Amino acid sequence: MAFVAIADRDAPIHDPHTFIERYIWSQDHKVIAIQYALVAIFVGLVALVLSGLMRLQLGFPEQFHFVDPNSYYQFVTMHGMIMVIYLLTALFLGGFGNYLIPLMCGARDMVFPYMNMLSFWVYLLAVIVLLASFFVPGGPTGAGWTLYPPQAISAGTPGAGWGIILMLGSLALFIVAFTMGGLNYVTTVLQARCRGMTLMRMPLSVWGIFVATILGLLAFPALFVSAVMMTLDGTLGTSFFMPALSSMGQAPEHNGGSPLLFQHLFWFFGHPEVYIVALPAFGIVSDLLSTHARKNIFGYRMMVWAILAIGGLSFVVWAHHMYVSGMNPYFGFFFATTTLIIAVPTAIKVYNWVLTLWRGNIHLTVPMLFAIGFIFTFIHGGLTGLFLGNVTVDLPLSDTYFVVGHFHMVMGVSPILVVFGAIYHWYPKITGRMYNEKLGKAHFWLTFLGTYAIYLPMHYLGILGVPRRYYALGDTDFLPQSVHTVNAAITIAALVVAGSVLIFLYNMIASLKNGKKAPSNPWKATTLEWQTPDTPPKHGNWGPRLPEVHRWAYDYSVPGAPDDFIPQNVPVDPKLGVGRDHGKKH
Amino acid sequence: MSNTAIFIALATGVVVWFVVASRLTAKPWAGETAGDVGAVRWPAARIGLWFFMAVVTSLFSLFLSAYSMRMHHGLGWCHLTIPNLLWYNTLVLLAASVAMQFASSLAGRGRRDASRNALVAGGLLTVAFLAGQVMAWQAVGPSLYFIQGSPAIAFFYVLTILHGLHLIGGLYVLVRTTTRFAAGAEIIDLRQSLSLCATYWHFLLLVWLAVFGVLLFL
Repeated sequence: MAFVAIADRDAPIHDPHTFIERYIWSQDHKVIAIQYALVAIFVGLVALVLSGLMRLQLGFPEQFHFVDPNSYYQFVTMHGMIMVIYLLTALFLGGFGNYLIPLMCGARDMVFPYMNMLSFWVYLLAVIVLLASFFVPGGPTGAGWTLYPPQAISAGTPGAGWGIILMLGSLALFIVAFTMGGLNYVTTVLQARCRGMTLMRMPLSVWGIFVATILGLLAFPALFVSAVMMTLDGTLGTSFFMPALSSMGQAPEHNGGSPLLFQHLFWFFGHPEVYIVALPAFGIVSDLLSTHARKNIFGYRMMVWAILAIGGLSFVVWAHHMYVSGMNPYFGFFFATTTLIIAVPTAIKVYNWVLTLWRGNIHLTVPMLFAIGFIFTFIHGGLTGLFLGNVTVDLPLSDTYFVVGHFHMVMGVSPILVVFGAIYHWYPKITGRMYNEKLGKAHFWLTFLGTYAIYLPMHYLGILGVPRRYYALGDTDFLPQSVHTVNAAITIAALVVAGSVLIFLYNMIASLKNGKKAPSNPWKATTLEWQTPDTPPKHGNWGPRLPEVHRWAYDYSVPGAPDDFIPQNVPVDPKLGVGRDHGKKH
Repeated sequence: MSNTAIFIALATGVVVWFVVASRLTAKPWAGETAGDVGAVRWPAARIGLWFFMAVVTSLFSLFLSAYSMRMHHGLGWCHLTIPNLLWYNTLVLLAASVAMQFASSLAGRGRRDASRNALVAGGLLTVAFLAGQVMAWQAVGPSLYFIQGSPAIAFFYVLTILHGLHLIGGLYVLVRTTTRFAAGAEIIDLRQSLSLCATYWHFLLLVWLAVFGVLLFL
């Protein structure tokens, strides 16, 4: 077997000898995962500060003079792009994907470790180029995170010179980095699983990351294409996207380009991107719920099929982001229909999560709190998605705060809750230390209630017609005074939630030194990463022999078993049988 | 976006095949089944190459979709005058692909020297193709003036450069394999590299035929 050749050989793979090989130019998937995660969290904190600055302006207009209209748009743009691409995508796939795939599949490392290392360094370069745009003349681009032409590269938009070019260059680098990492993730899942780990025995975390990576590999090229063409429009003066625009009586610099073409390309990437972030979250949250409810996941096969169905459907819904851009009404009908169809597999997942909790032995640990919080925010964001997926309802709500509330709930807060839950869940394995449970719970409640205080009122603002993307609302007749009061309240809530991140950071950093030593399997989980001989796992993960898998990942509370969990690598006891069917047999 | 839609349909077909082939209907909770060994038997490099080719297919499908949409939805389009040189270039790339296939098959039969010669010939033909493409730029529109003035010419540059860069990536692997030949590596150890090179060259030939076809007929 080919996989045995990679996985079971005696000599350690790319064995590091020096400090630099071990921690800097490391080819170990665990080190690369931590490098990815630390950079992603750092750049995410930058984006968090930017959102705080935006909220200061929106909540208390005219009070903070360091936020002018230009910088406001720059903050909006950088906040959105960083959060979606450089934080969430990088953290879920580069961070958790790198850490979990080899460990959960029973492999020693990724199959192309050198390319994996390059992936991180190119990602870091992409982040540096992105952040460099804060320091160039004109500052970063302020075109909005969708970077629509013509305004993105037209004079008058902040950062229309250097800022946008650096942004596009950084995105192209990110895509190269992602492709190198992504090829690793899919190949490792397909080729380097240990003996007995069939696809249908893989934990749902791996399924989510696997399918999300395939989506990324097919969808990111669309962003690459648009970035290349827009760079050429901005630098060489081509007219792919730029129409003829005449300003102050001067001859137009471009002729006949199609801005709508950019929107199609952008959203052909942009919508799958939602699921590139969501599918790993779906997978991870399934494992958190099952482990901490001590119950097998409800409907495992349905969960896998739903992940595949959502992945496939996510490629045929992109134009629902463009209802107001103008399109053939039949297209609108088509995209509204596909958008609503995607709710079916998504709803199956939500039902299965709830049914997993049903009569489970629920342990309200910190990761479990975040996982349950995710179910709330995801249902909330998903339901408002049904409103916006319908063309006729979308038209009046488009470009209002309803949309801001919707997408933050569904693809901002929900995945971030899973990120926090996942960090709290795997922290003992990654660091070998336990964290402070009380601080973790304080962090959860501040984040969960705080985000509701931020985004729930935004839906009301949207229904009142408050437009998004405005630097200041000013005094207008159609907006009652309460709008301004609500805006101030949202800002206060946002600052509290941002502050709660400090609790998280303190807990994570302080526990590295002061935390109790973690046992190798503190949550009594079944999946392979908790069965490593060392905690944290050493280079090569498994010691001399690879694990062998004998059962699926969800043997919790098996009747008759001595413990309420049976790890995947425990052979089947003929007297006990396996899994949930055992109860029926006896 | 019709090209891309076709590609995605094909990709979905692959997924459906995958679902059937991998028996995603198995009931993992019900215990062990015969032959439960897990992973796919292909070597990692081959799986990686096929996924990479899927990424490149997506990239070129999207560029060709953009070409078609820019033609139909934008203004100021004038069709490209296809230089005859491109036909010769196509033949040269076809010959490179055939040479790579020979290099791979001869390696399979253990004929080391013949395989190496075919590999070098494939590399030289590829360099000739790239030089031909640069000459084609001269024929299509040799300056920034043309690139700015005609989106079709701008597309021609972008598509040929992108395709050329992928070939240059292939040449990097080809040079490394040639170096291993020179260093006296056993033919049996080179078979996989040669086979993957051949696959990649056939793929890039197909990509070029798709690009050339769109330029000719759309």
